Amino acid sequence: MDAPKSAPDLSALLRNAIFAGLIAAGLAFPILALRAEPDLNNHLELLNRWPLMLWAFGIVATGHLLAQVPWIGSALRWGLWACGALIAIWMLVSIASGDLPMAGRIVLFVLLGSAALLAVGLSAPVNADGALHARQTTVRASVAKVAGPVGVVALIAFPLVMLWMLGPGGSLKWINNYGVQILIYVMLGWGLNIVVGLAGLLDLGYVAFYAVGAYAYALLSTTAGLSFWICLPLAGLLAALWGIILGFPVLRLRGDYLAIVTLAFGEIIRLVLINWTDVTNGNAGLSSIPRITFFGLPFTASDNGFAATFGLEFSPIHRNIFLFYLILALALITNFVTLRLRRLPIGRAWEALREDEIACRSLGINTTNTKLTAFALGAMFGGFAGSFFAVRQGFVNPDSFTFLESATILAVVVLGGMGSQIGVALAAVVMIGGTEILRELDLLKAIFGPNFDPAQYRMLIFGFAMVGMMIWKPRGIVSSREPSIFLKTRKSVSASLVREGHG
Amino acid sequence: MENFLQQLINGLTLGSIYGLIAIGYTMVFGIIGMVNFAHGDVFMVSAFIALLIFLAVTQVLGIASLPVAFVLVLLAAMVLTALWAWVIERVAYRPLRGSFRLAPLISAIGMSIFLANFVQVAQGPRNKPVPPMFTDVIALTDGPYKVVLSYKQILIMVVTAALLLGFWWLVQKTSLGRAQRACEQDRKMAALLGIDVDRTISLTFVIGAALAAVAGTLYMMYYGVVNFYDGFIPGVKAFTAAVLGGIGSLPGAVLGGLLIGLIEVFWSAYFSTDYKDVAAFSILAIVLIFMPSGILGRPEVEKV
Repeated sequence: MDAPKSAPDLSALLRNAIFAGLIAAGLAFPILALRAEPDLNNHLELLNRWPLMLWAFGIVATGHLLAQVPWIGSALRWGLWACGALIAIWMLVSIASGDLPMAGRIVLFVLLGSAALLAVGLSAPVNADGALHARQTTVRASVAKVAGPVGVVALIAFPLVMLWMLGPGGSLKWINNYGVQILIYVMLGWGLNIVVGLAGLLDLGYVAFYAVGAYAYALLSTTAGLSFWICLPLAGLLAALWGIILGFPVLRLRGDYLAIVTLAFGEIIRLVLINWTDVTNGNAGLSSIPRITFFGLPFTASDNGFAATFGLEFSPIHRNIFLFYLILALALITNFVTLRLRRLPIGRAWEALREDEIACRSLGINTTNTKLTAFALGAMFGGFAGSFFAVRQGFVNPDSFTFLESATILAVVVLGGMGSQIGVALAAVVMIGGTEILRELDLLKAIFGPNFDPAQYRMLIFGFAMVGMMIWKPRGIVSSREPSIFLKTRKSVSASLVREGHG
Repeated sequence: MENFLQQLINGLTLGSIYGLIAIGYTMVFGIIGMVNFAHGDVFMVSAFIALLIFLAVTQVLGIASLPVAFVLVLLAAMVLTALWAWVIERVAYRPLRGSFRLAPLISAIGMSIFLANFVQVAQGPRNKPVPPMFTDVIALTDGPYKVVLSYKQILIMVVTAALLLGFWWLVQKTSLGRAQRACEQDRKMAALLGIDVDRTISLTFVIGAALAAVAGTLYMMYYGVVNFYDGFIPGVKAFTAAVLGGIGSLPGAVLGGLLIGLIEVFWSAYFSTDYKDVAAFSILAIVLIFMPSGILGRPEVEKV
């Protein structure tokens, strides 16, 4: 680090930085710097945006240079972290200040802050030999013990607190866009977690079962007139049946091939939904699906509606609150069933299968049945979530069941740390909540001008985050696994020591 | 009969494009055992690059001769797309070498989403109508149903054949190709013998992307329209082609591409257009389930 040594270093650093900048400029050259825009006669015209190319060069070169200088590198990293945290808080404030009173803001910050702390606490690295420091173990165990009940109580209180603070109009966004939306993905994540996280089978077509559930409810309710409470188990069973039908032929396949075939099945189901117009009404989808009822009482302003029966003033928020509790209950059932199954022989077989399929077979585990049950159960929960989706929207069409949706659910599971229930829930909050927040960032409009549409950048950032997460923390937020069975002492296993089976 | 001949020509044209993309999948899978999910989107990016360069060459530089413009576009698209693939491999895949098995696949899915949305943001979500090129046709038969072979189709087949020859020479006869085949067989041994494995893998991505860029240029020219989501479906079909031909096998990729192109075109012609993608996806599933090593692939032996 002395002066004569650093001088040649600097020129090399500069050279490297300029090289990186030039590459960025090369990437930016046609795609960013030029834009083809059709004019009124549908002829393409070329628009120039050369400054963008200079920006790409400047940003990448400077970033590369800064990241290479040792102390700046680490300072930059911490600076980025701090900036990220500040921006996150700023975003929340800017959103919240619109309609949330101070108390609500504090509650929100406490909730988010504790979630973040929990994430940090749980993601603390585990030693390579698998042993945790004694104190770390106890902290982690107590955190894990407290987190579940506290989270459930907070979630049960959430819609009521929001309603109390914001009134029926203001709380709708929080309960519906954030609460219900996130909980759907928590449930889907937990369902897929059985297949991917526990049994180690990479499923890229999970959304197919979600679609089966949604269409099952939509068709059964509109044609046969069955109520939601009858359709819900039927939709789950149908989805499980499809899980078995699709699962059966693919179970001989290894990891990547299995992933691709499930992707193919997912797309086939979507294409059939589009093209089988007699039944599914094609791209237009099925509309006027019966809405949710409170065990028979409709959420309408009529005399026999929910509000009138309980002597309340009618408000559409009642239905949303009920939907919130419904999806919360469904998600918790998924979680409970998964946790209990993990303690049964079948759950142990799933995890054993994930670790080593050949060893499993040698020990006499029926791998076909083990995989099929994982597939069927995961599909069943996807079907439940699907029929909930249909009853919430009142409308389904194939656009809701694209490959991107499968990728989103998979990303939730992977980012959560495959196999960890709390990690999946946290990842759903971060990813779905994050993308919902991006939808309404007026703050960025102030920086980038009024034509800036943050919603456009949602999926861009999402894809980038998926890559970044794999590089930075390939094992997800909660990267250690508590073994469900142990000899004498409970040791946390670093997930990096755990190998996926050849599923 | 006339209809059959016409569909055969169309199928071979489409199959050539799939074959060019499929080579990228099969080479990457051969060398690092990874399904490069973003390859379809690299193909889509290349179609956009080709379109923009074409507009720049004709509108800004004012080159009126179409063949000259086409050659320039092809070369520029190959170079710039190769640069994209090189950067993608460096940024998204190389740090994950030696990570757990699903990590590169998930990273590739993220990269695929990123690329599609990057192009959407940079170029807008609407279809881009490409100016028509090489519109002349040759009539092969007389009569009420004329079988036609368009200049475009001739160009596609000729360019594909020429590139495949060049590519075959590259893999079979040059030291680079030898290094590439050696890494495919045993990466550790190749490294011990002094082959720069990282560089070879980078070059594999670059070559695959350059061939995808040719496919992208031809696709843009042939269909006359490009969109940011055009990477997914052709990407999956090209992957199907690679699997059908036997993944890891280069002649297999081309053969599989031609077969998939023919199946798709004949399916549309004789059954229904609606279900042509279902046909392609079903073939993918059926081949993987019943014939995982494909037509020309080597059967995989699982060692414990």
